Amino acid sequence: MSASTLPPAGGAVIGTDGLAALVDVLRARGYTVVGPTVRDGAIVLQELESAAQLPYGWGVDLEAGRYRLRSRTDGAAFANAAGPQSWKTFLHPARVRQWTAERAGGELVIEADDTAPPRFAFLGVRSCDLRAIAVQDRVLTAGPHSDPVYRGRRSGAFLVAVECTEPGGTCFCVSMGTGPAAGPGYDLVLTELVDDEGHRFWIRADSTEGAEILAELPGEPASEAVRRSAVDAVGSAAERMGRTMPDTDLRRLMAETLEAPRWDDVASRCLTCGNCTMVCPTCFCTTTEDVTDLTGDHAERWRVWDVCFDLDFSYLPGGPVRASPRSRYRQWLTHKLGTWHDQFGSSGCVGCGRCIVWCPVAIDITEEAAALHDWTRRTEDEPR
Amino acid sequence: MEPDPRPSLAVWKFASCDGCQLTLLDCEDELLPLTDRVRITHFLEMSSAEDSREPATLAGTGPYDLSLVEGSITTVEDVRRIHHIRRISRRLVTIGACATAGGIQALRNFADVEEFRAAVYASPEYIATLDTSTPISAQVPVDFELRGCPIDRGQLLEVLTAFLAGRKPNISSHSVCFECKRRGTTCITVAQGVPCLGPVTHAGCGALCPAYGRGCYGCFGPMATPNLEAMVRELRHDGMTERDIVRVFRTFNAASPEYGPVPGLAAQEAPGTPAEEGPR
Ligand code: SF4
Ligand code: SF4
Ligand code: SF4
Ligand code: SF4
Repeated sequence: MSASTLPPAGGAVIGTDGLAALVDVLRARGYTVVGPTVRDGAIVLQELESAAQLPYGWGVDLEAGRYRLRSRTDGAAFANAAGPQSWKTFLHPARVRQWTAERAGGELVIEADDTAPPRFAFLGVRSCDLRAIAVQDRVLTAGPHSDPVYRGRRSGAFLVAVECTEPGGTCFCVSMGTGPAAGPGYDLVLTELVDDEGHRFWIRADSTEGAEILAELPGEPASEAVRRSAVDAVGSAAERMGRTMPDTDLRRLMAETLEAPRWDDVASRCLTCGNCTMVCPTCFCTTTEDVTDLTGDHAERWRVWDVCFDLDFSYLPGGPVRASPRSRYRQWLTHKLGTWHDQFGSSGCVGCGRCIVWCPVAIDITEEAAALHDWTRRTEDEPR
Repeated sequence: MEPDPRPSLAVWKFASCDGCQLTLLDCEDELLPLTDRVRITHFLEMSSAEDSREPATLAGTGPYDLSLVEGSITTVEDVRRIHHIRRISRRLVTIGACATAGGIQALRNFADVEEFRAAVYASPEYIATLDTSTPISAQVPVDFELRGCPIDRGQLLEVLTAFLAGRKPNISSHSVCFECKRRGTTCITVAQGVPCLGPVTHAGCGALCPAYGRGCYGCFGPMATPNLEAMVRELRHDGMTERDIVRVFRTFNAASPEYGPVPGLAAQEAPGTPAEEGPR
């Protein structure tokens, strides 16, 4: 952002007391507030009772296969990147009971499980995750069969986005066009500033309820200086991305490299452990498990996360279709970057970097895509 | 008298510690409902009678609708008895690491049994034993193998319930990582550098150890498609020496063929002799 461009007008500036008030106001309105907090050596997402639980003074060092907390002297709450979980933990939970069935006197009674979900307010939705929620909205609710579990949790959710000022070493939202500035879809958005002027947040609303809540917070109109500093902080974050995707049409790249030797190479390193898919904020696959009790008079159907690295995932009569690790890793990468476009009209990757961090053997989606890209360039150079 | 409509259940023990059988008794709340549905005919841990005839024999009379088999095959007599049990059982399910993979006692497969016998027993001439400890499936066809050391109570009930309902048990063969992620445990390898066998280990325990901050040591044995070469490289990276790596795989499932690629796993060495330390 060049210094002569005027930053967007509007919004307020609040202090840490204003952030505390935001959590209180949301809770008073009946929301279950979920946000980042430090637990077990990581910044995880969990229900917050007060803003004091936010990770004030914690940063993170992120590398492929490595996550470490680091303390920050500036006391910032949001100067860290995506953690081990994403909001799908709450919107598309790992285990859901779908129905129960009882048999009594020869009658079978099936009852859908439609317990009302909590009304969530998500505090600290990063730009990439805001996009990931939009992707899951499309996948799980835009088709002819909208998923009632996701819809129920999503429709009442209040989103407080936060713009990134400190990208992690594994972030590549700029390559994917998903950050670090927040796109649409939030109720409120925060940009954190810690400098000589103090610890402040530039906060803007983009919904009626967001504006109502903003009006209840102690703060003052954002000056041009505040707005400019905020825009500059986010702009500088864009220049400090830890990773980039190769600058090419990824969808085409995936379609053209199905037989590349690189798939064998990555398969020799991949544990098929499934961690990358489960931490990915857009992966949505599930399986169902029917359980019965010993009497056989009570049955339940559960839906649980499943992923394409599981051998059972492609099990058909005769065995699994994707038996080799090569075919399973290829399914994951080509779905994320390629066939997702055909299915849902966008990329399935928002550049959050989670799959890179949480792969125990440090397999890196950007490195694999780059290797495939190099291979196409090399094979193009070769005489045919 | 009306014939008893309940299917009959028998529980058998071979070379083992009894822990997996005890898991059945540990079902407390479900034990009575279970006896409404199955006739526990032969279970020496619970009763010395067989179908109220005293005393039960080690080999039983049969036939049984379902046999649960604990323990590995370590003697000539075991071989004879397991064939007999298979003949008199409609379904045969192994329970635990010993019955499914040979157990800790399969460490003998990598060593000189004569030496062990001489070192351990005052009168070694009284001990008749095979040179190896093998899983039940090496002797007879097995209908289902339940993993764990010991097995998980919930999984045992699932196998019994599925048997009663005539359906396939919901027992996944993917990695322990699935269970960590589903329950929301932060990966201890990535966040703390703790070496963990979770990525190559069969799910089933609910990812118990990592939830308490300790690395999985593989008591459920190998998952469906373990990549041992990549796992060993990762364990080195997380600071384990070659000796530690061999030792962590030389436990309850040491004889699992899937562990074959672990370097030095099957090499004969005097217990406790440190191997060369490998590169990180
Ligand atoms: S593929 Fe990886 S970087 Fe992309 S959205 Fe999923 S977890 Fe994030
Ligand atoms: S990458 Fe695999 S787990 Fe993720 S959405 Fe696609 S098929 Fe499902
Ligand atoms: S890429 Fe990494 S996280 Fe994903 S399945 Fe393979 S080893 Fe596991
Ligand atoms: S985490 Fe590993 S060692 Fe611990 S109980 Fe589970 S399978 Fe066994």
